[in-house]
Amino acid sequence: MEFVVASSVGLLTAAGVYLMLRMRTFPVVIGLALLAYAVNVFLFASGRLTLNQPPVQIYEGPWSDPLPQALALTAIVIAFGMTALTVILALASYLTSGTDALDMENASPEVDQTTDTPTKTGEGA
Amino acid sequence: MLSHWIVAPIILPSLMAPLIVLAARYDMTLQRILSLGATVALVGISILLTVAAAGGTVEVYELGSWPAPFGIVMVLDRLSALMLLMTSLLALAVLVYVVGTDWDRRGAHFHALYQFQLMGLTGAMLTGDLFNLFVFFEILLIASYGLMVHGGGKLRMQAGVQYVIYNLAGSTLFVFALATLYGVTGTLNMADMAIRAQSLPEADMALLRTGAAMLLVVFAVKGALLPLHFWLPNTYVHAPAPVAALFAIMTKVGAYAIIRVYTLVFGPDAAVTGSMPGDWIMPVAVITMVVGMIGVLAGGNLARVVAFAAIGSMGTMFIAVAAFTPESTLAALYYMVHSTFAAAVLFLIVDMVQSRRGTCGLQVLPPIAQTGLIASLFFAGAIAMAGMPPLSGFLGKLLVLDSVREQGGVAWIWGAILIASLIAIVGLARAGSQIFWKAHADETTDPDGTMAAIPAQPVALPVAAVLGLLALIVAMTVAAGPVTDYMQATAGQLYDSSAYIGAVMGH
Repeated sequence: MEFVVASSVGLLTAAGVYLMLRMRTFPVVIGLALLAYAVNVFLFASGRLTLNQPPVQIYEGPWSDPLPQALALTAIVIAFGMTALTVILALASYLTSGTDALDMENASPEVDQTTDTPTKTGEGA
Repeated sequence: MLSHWIVAPIILPSLMAPLIVLAARYDMTLQRILSLGATVALVGISILLTVAAAGGTVEVYELGSWPAPFGIVMVLDRLSALMLLMTSLLALAVLVYVVGTDWDRRGAHFHALYQFQLMGLTGAMLTGDLFNLFVFFEILLIASYGLMVHGGGKLRMQAGVQYVIYNLAGSTLFVFALATLYGVTGTLNMADMAIRAQSLPEADMALLRTGAAMLLVVFAVKGALLPLHFWLPNTYVHAPAPVAALFAIMTKVGAYAIIRVYTLVFGPDAAVTGSMPGDWIMPVAVITMVVGMIGVLAGGNLARVVAFAAIGSMGTMFIAVAAFTPESTLAALYYMVHSTFAAAVLFLIVDMVQSRRGTCGLQVLPPIAQTGLIASLFFAGAIAMAGMPPLSGFLGKLLVLDSVREQGGVAWIWGAILIASLIAIVGLARAGSQIFWKAHADETTDPDGTMAAIPAQPVALPVAAVLGLLALIVAMTVAAGPVTDYMQATAGQLYDSSAYIGAVMGH
């Protein structure tokens, strides 16, 4: 079981890192999701791999460690929310700039003048 | 009684933010009143907590009264109190600027995001638990993603996507590091981990060292140490300039985390890491400073010049951090507070210039409105940032130079600091003369008439905010004695971690 868990963490991480280096938003988002899966499994495994053990100490030992399970839940929620946010941001960026490339090489070094010159105030809110 | 105030800097913004969204969504005046009121209250609470912490006792707040290491603890010591006070003062000045320039009207929910940002910052500075530190990092990052793209626009969105993805990768590494540390020590409470790291079997040492090194990389990403600084320039240039001024604190959170973890858990005398953190940070800190200051000279517009000045100042600060002695930590803390305020002043001035010129490029254009006033403010800010007398940047650099006297390769470090300072002076002087001085020589060039079309900008509140920050820098210079006394006590407390561990673990 250790081998399966360890190799799956390794495989997910490798795939995630590879996709993150693709420099386009869609592969990068998928890569981030894979990395999040990898880290959740890794976090879960940090409490040692046990089968069919109670997590509560009122029973006789040995127990499984409940804390990494709680931590993994927290990490899953955060990763899920962040993936959703990245998708929305990437979409907004694609729609305003017309490209899904992450690189800003061709962008003008100037601050975006269309939004930062206050020609009129009082809108929005 | 005091113990409940420790958690107040986190509770107050976390209640205010949803209140602003739910109750004041359509009323900008009410939003401003609530946001300013909460931030003023935060300054008040921070002063109260700083006074309490100055006595030297480490105060602990156990959430839900669960004793450490089973529950999460908030810990108030001199370092946390100092960071809190710095954050709240900066936040108040930036907020006054934002209200004065109507930046908050250019997109939705500015004030709510701002309060969530403050909640994340104060939480990260108060927590005594590593996983909780991760959670507060995420809170402050999520709020910062919203603030970063506030107002929208093509370049800002693109820069925002880069910023988010870079930091998500950093956060993933953070969790890997935490899982490794938990797997080895079986705890995430910093004080408890410090105890357990000492009595670890030899076989587990390598794994713990790996976790400590990964954690160092994560904090170096936040602290913008070379070569992990790539998120910073585009973020600071394309974020709304007042938000960039607030972000001056973000890199310092990374520095705070390094100082906290590598004095408390993996201190200089911890067998597991030994001098590893210092040995790693010192060379990259020197390179960060040099590259940052060269960037000041090379930056094509004022925002980029200031962003690289911020990177350079982080390098200077990390040189002092890397020495890991009480004297050098004193220097690092003094320079950290100073450079936060100086960078914020310069970013606010970038916004003033930008809003009056229509661009912050360094090309020659006619004089801007209120050019004399803004030029004087820039002059003061640039003196502070470059570290020239009479302002506190000079004292800070002197302290840094003095504190690394005992280090190996001191000649290289001193040479690098002095040359980098000179480059920074030249770079800032060049930017200032291009924008403020040459304008008078060439009154007629306004090629497409964009500047004539810009309406008059508000002056009173924005200038008051910048003057407030400059007043803090002046106060740090004039009251350098008491301030360094407090920071010396802070450094002493950091390197005598038994009081912290005793207070948290209850013995």
